[in-house]
Amino acid sequence: MSDCLTAANTLRTTKITQVITESPSVKTYVFRDMQCAKAKPGQFLMLWIPGVDEIPLSILNATEGGEISVSVKAVGDATQHLHRMTVGATIGIRGPFGNNFTQTHGNILLIGGGTGTAPLLFLAKTLLEQSTENIKLTFIVGARTKNELLFIDQLNNVCQKGRLIPTTNDGTYGRQGVVTEPLTELLNQEQFDAIYTCGPEVMVKKIFEITQTHKQPLQASLERLMRCGIGLCGSCVIGKYRVCKDGPIFNNTQLDEIKNELGISKLSLNGSKTPL
Amino acid sequence: MEGSLRVQLAGLSLDYPGILASGVLGYSAESMQRVIEGGAGAVVTKSVGLHPRDGYVNPTVVQVKSGLINAMGLPNPGIEGYVGEIKHVKGLICQPLIVSVFGYSSEEYAVVAKKAAEAGADALELNVSCPHVKQTGSEIGQNPNLLSEVVRSVKDVVKVPVFVKLSPNVTDIVRLAEAAVNAGADALTAVNTLRAIAIDVETTKPILSNIKGGLSGPAMKNVALRCVYDLREKLPEVSIIGCGGVSNWQDAVEFFLAGANAVQIGTAIAFEGTKVFQTINQGIKNYLEKKQFGSVEEIVGLSHRS
Repeated sequence: MSDCLTAANTLRTTKITQVITESPSVKTYVFRDMQCAKAKPGQFLMLWIPGVDEIPLSILNATEGGEISVSVKAVGDATQHLHRMTVGATIGIRGPFGNNFTQTHGNILLIGGGTGTAPLLFLAKTLLEQSTENIKLTFIVGARTKNELLFIDQLNNVCQKGRLIPTTNDGTYGRQGVVTEPLTELLNQEQFDAIYTCGPEVMVKKIFEITQTHKQPLQASLERLMRCGIGLCGSCVIGKYRVCKDGPIFNNTQLDEIKNELGISKLSLNGSKTPL
Repeated sequence: MEGSLRVQLAGLSLDYPGILASGVLGYSAESMQRVIEGGAGAVVTKSVGLHPRDGYVNPTVVQVKSGLINAMGLPNPGIEGYVGEIKHVKGLICQPLIVSVFGYSSEEYAVVAKKAAEAGADALELNVSCPHVKQTGSEIGQNPNLLSEVVRSVKDVVKVPVFVKLSPNVTDIVRLAEAAVNAGADALTAVNTLRAIAIDVETTKPILSNIKGGLSGPAMKNVALRCVYDLREKLPEVSIIGCGGVSNWQDAVEFFLAGANAVQIGTAIAFEGTKVFQTINQGIKNYLEKKQFGSVEEIVGLSHRS
C-alpha cells in the first residue's frame, strides 16, 4: 500500500455554492470538488456536516469543471441540519466511492423512486452525451404525490426522444399507482438491454423479482448505514457484500445471492440485523 | 509446500499466518467467510460486550497520510445478540474463529468470554486496549493490576486459549505483557491503535465526532514492530501476534523476524481488498524459498539472534 492510496481521498472542505429546493422535503446542494468531478453515475460521496454527522449521498451530477450536486431529503437530524445550511456554508467531502452503473446502449429502462431518481438522472444524461443514435430511453419515475415528484423538467428534457412515465400513488400527476405496474406492462412487450433502478428498497426488491421472472438484466443501487465508506468497518454489509465498496450497484446474480436480506433486513448501528 | 506457511499459535494450528484484525468486517458470518476465502488463517470478530452499543456518530473514520484514524466507539450487538452469528460463522469456516471481547469490569469480561466460548469460539482476544471508549479498553490495559484481574477472571471460566491485545499507548509495554502472561494469557496481540487526532484547518475543529481516535495503517507499522521486538526479547516463550500496518509480505516478514508467530491485518483491506491475504501468503512463500527457509516458524525472532 503506497502513501498515495491512503492519502488520496482525505476529507477536504468546500463551500455550498447553490441550494435548489426540489420539493417540500428535498433540496439539491451544489459545490465544487475536483476529485468528485471524476465521479461516474452510481457512485456516492461522504458529506461531512461539521460538528453534526457525516452521511453518504448519491451524486446527482458532476461536471468536468468540478461542479458537484447532491439531492438530500430531510429525514433525520443530520439531513434536517443540512437543510438549514445555506450558500457559503462549509461542508466536508470524501469520495467518490463505490462502483458505478455499467453503461451500455440500445433499449434502456430506468426506474427511479424518490431521491433514488438522482443517480439515474445523472446516468441518463451521461448515456445521451455519449450517443443519442443508439439509445432508446424509457424513464419510469414514481412518487406519492405530484409535489414530491423530483426533477420532472430535467426528466422531460432527457426523455425528449424517449418515453417518460411518471406515476403518483394518488394520481395527482401521470399514472395513478406505483412504478411496478408500467414496468410489468413494458416487460411483457419488450426486451431491454439494461434496466437500472434506485429508490426505496421494497420497490427495488419488487423490481428485482419482476426482472427475474422476465429474465431481463437489472442493475440496482442499494443503500445501507455507512461509516468508513472504504470497505473496512462492515457497517453496510449485506450478505457477503459491502455496499460501500462492492456496491452500491448490484446486478441480478448478486441480488439473487442477497435476496434473504434484500428489502427485508439491514444492519443497525450496533451491527445486529433489524427489519428494514 | 503449503506446510511452510502453517503456524502454531497457543494451541491453534493456522494454515496461513495472516489473521483478520478485530474491528474490520467482523460483524457478519458471510463477510468473515469471504476473508477466509481471501487467504486468512483465522478471523477475529468485532469486539463484543455484555450489552448492545451503537457506537459514535460519524465521522468515525478519517483518512490521513499513510493510515486511518478511527473512533467507532465499539458498536456491537451485545453477546446475547451475537451468539447466533458465532454459531453461523462456525458452520461456514474451518479456520479458527477468535472472538474479541470487552467489558467494563472483570466480571463482564468473564461473562461475555464464557458465552462466546460456549457458542463455539476457538479462542478469545481480550480488547484491553481500545483507545477511545472510557472505562474499558486501554484504561484496563494500561494498568497491570486491572489487566491481571481481567485475564485471571476470564481464564477461570474458559478452556479455550486467551489472547490479550496490548495497547501501544504505554510507557513500558513489556511490563503490561508480563502482567498478562503471569495471569495466564496464552498469547499477546501487539498492538492496538495509537491514540491520535485529526483537525480540519477550515473549520478549526477536530474531525472525529469523538475528537480523538486510534491511528492504524503503515504510519504506525514501525512502532508496532518495535513493540513486538521488545516483547520477544523479554518473553521468549509466549505466542505473539504482530498487528499494525501490515500491508504486504515484507511487512509480515519483518514482524516474524522481530518475533511474531503470526500477523493481523486490517487497514490494508480498505486499499487492497480481502485478497490481500493471498497476495501476502504468496510473497512470504516466495521469500522462504528464495532464502531457503523451511517455514515461517523457522524465522520467528530471527532478528534477535547473532
